[in-house]
Amino acid sequence: MKIQVDMDLCESHGQCVFAAPAIFSFDDDDILVHAETADESLRDAVEKAAAACPVRAIRVHAATGDAAA
Amino acid sequence: MSSRFDEHGILVVGASLAGLRACAALRKHGYDGRLTVIGEEPHLPYDRPPLSKEFLAGETGGADLSLPVAGLGITWQLGRRATRLHLAARTVEVGDGTRFPFDGLVIATGSTARLWPAAPAGVHTLRGLDDARSLRAALLRRDGRLLVIGAGFVGSEVAATARGAGIEVTVVDPAPQPLHRAVGEAAGEFVAALHRQAGVDLRTSTKVVSLEGVGKLTGARLSDGTEVPATAAVVALGSAPATGWLAGSGLDITAGVRCDRHARVLRRDGTPAPGVVAAGDVTRWPHPWADAPGVTLGHWSHAAEQAETAARSLLFPAAPARYCPVPSFWSDQYDVKFRSVGLPALADSADVREYDLGARRLDVAYFRQGRLIGALTGNRVARIAAYRAQLAADLEGR
Repeated sequence: MKIQVDMDLCESHGQCVFAAPAIFSFDDDDILVHAETADESLRDAVEKAAAACPVRAIRVHAATGDAAA
Repeated sequence: MSSRFDEHGILVVGASLAGLRACAALRKHGYDGRLTVIGEEPHLPYDRPPLSKEFLAGETGGADLSLPVAGLGITWQLGRRATRLHLAARTVEVGDGTRFPFDGLVIATGSTARLWPAAPAGVHTLRGLDDARSLRAALLRRDGRLLVIGAGFVGSEVAATARGAGIEVTVVDPAPQPLHRAVGEAAGEFVAALHRQAGVDLRTSTKVVSLEGVGKLTGARLSDGTEVPATAAVVALGSAPATGWLAGSGLDITAGVRCDRHARVLRRDGTPAPGVVAAGDVTRWPHPWADAPGVTLGHWSHAAEQAETAARSLLFPAAPARYCPVPSFWSDQYDVKFRSVGLPALADSADVREYDLGARRLDVAYFRQGRLIGALTGNRVARIAAYRAQLAADLEGR
C-alpha cells in the first residue's frame, strides 16, 4: 500500500506516530517523516493512523494507486 | 447481523465528533440498519479544535470545518434538543415532544460551557460554531479590548489568537498560573510568560467580581479592587457534561454519564443499561490510573477512540471492546505547539526536563507515586512518542 501525507495540513499532532510508529516518526525539528510504502500486514495500523489524524492529512492507497482511505 | 436492531434501529444523541465517529464505527463493523442522529445545533458535524484558533483568527472559513459524513446512511434530526430519555419505553424525547424510538442508543451529547449569570451584551462563551462566529465578528472589529475570564486551554488559546490579531487582551484567572490545574506549576509559568511576552495583561490569583455596563459591556471589577476596561469578554471557565436531559432516566449521571470500561452506560444500581453506550466529553469512565469513579476528558482523541469502543460494545455485547487508552491532547498557543500524553492533571510530582523560553521549548514529565503518568512538551513533539510508548507499556496487562 502507498501512504501519502499532505504536509500543508500536517500540524504535528503525533496521533499517527502513536498508532503506527513503524511508519510515522518526527525528525528533530518536529517535522513528520513517514514511509511512502508499507506491507499489507501493516494496513490495520496505517488505517488507524489515518483515522486518528485530527486534520485528516493521511491518505492510504492500494499499491495500484486508488485511494482506499 | 442487525437483527437486534431491526425494529427501530440505532439512535445516536449528539452530532459532534463522538456521535459521528460512533456512526462510522457502527458501519465499519457491519451494521447496515437504520441509523438516526439527533443534534441540538442546526449544523452537520464540524471540527471544533479550530474554533479557538484558525477559525477565530479568520483564517479558516466555515465550510472548511465540516467533517465527512458521506456514505454513512444517517438520518439527521438537527436543531432538535433531546430533553428526556425514557429507558423502559426505549425512546428519546426532544424539545417539541416528539419521541424517537430506538433499539440501540449511543449517548454523545458532549459538554456545555459554564456561563456567566445575567451577562451584559458582548459577553461570549466558546463552545459551538455559532459562539465562535459571534466572537469572531466581535474580534474582527479590532477596535476593542477583550477580557478573557479563565486561563485554561480555551481561554489561553483565545487570548493568543486575539493578541495575534493585535487586540488588547486582559486574562483573569483565580489560579496562580494559567492551566495550573491541568498541567501544574512549571508548565503554567511557561504559558504565563508567553502571555506576558505577547503583551497580554495577565491577572492571576484574581477573580472577576462583576461585569460592568448597562446593556453593553464596558469593563469588569476584579477581586483585587481594580477595574479593567473591556468591550467584549469570553467566559472560559470550563465545561460540564451535558447530562440534563438524562435526569430521572435511571442512569448514573453523577458528574457525567457513568460508563464501564467497555463504554456501556451504567444505571444507578451499577449495572449496564442493555443496548445503551456512550462516548466523548459526556462520559465518566474508569481508567487504571484514576481513582473511582473515574475520569472525564474533553479531548479530541478521547471522543474519537471511545466512540469506536462504544460502537463495538453495542454491536457485539457478548464480546465488548475494552477502552484503555493513553489519553492525549494538544494546544497551540502563539508559536508553541503543546502536546501531551497521559493524565498530567492526576500527577503528584513533576520533573521539568527542559524549560527554554527563548527557544520556545518545554519538556515536563509527570509522576504519581513515583510512576510516570503523563508528559507535556512544547515544540518537542518528537519526544512525546517515547513518553507515549512508556505509558502504553505501563497500561498493558492492567
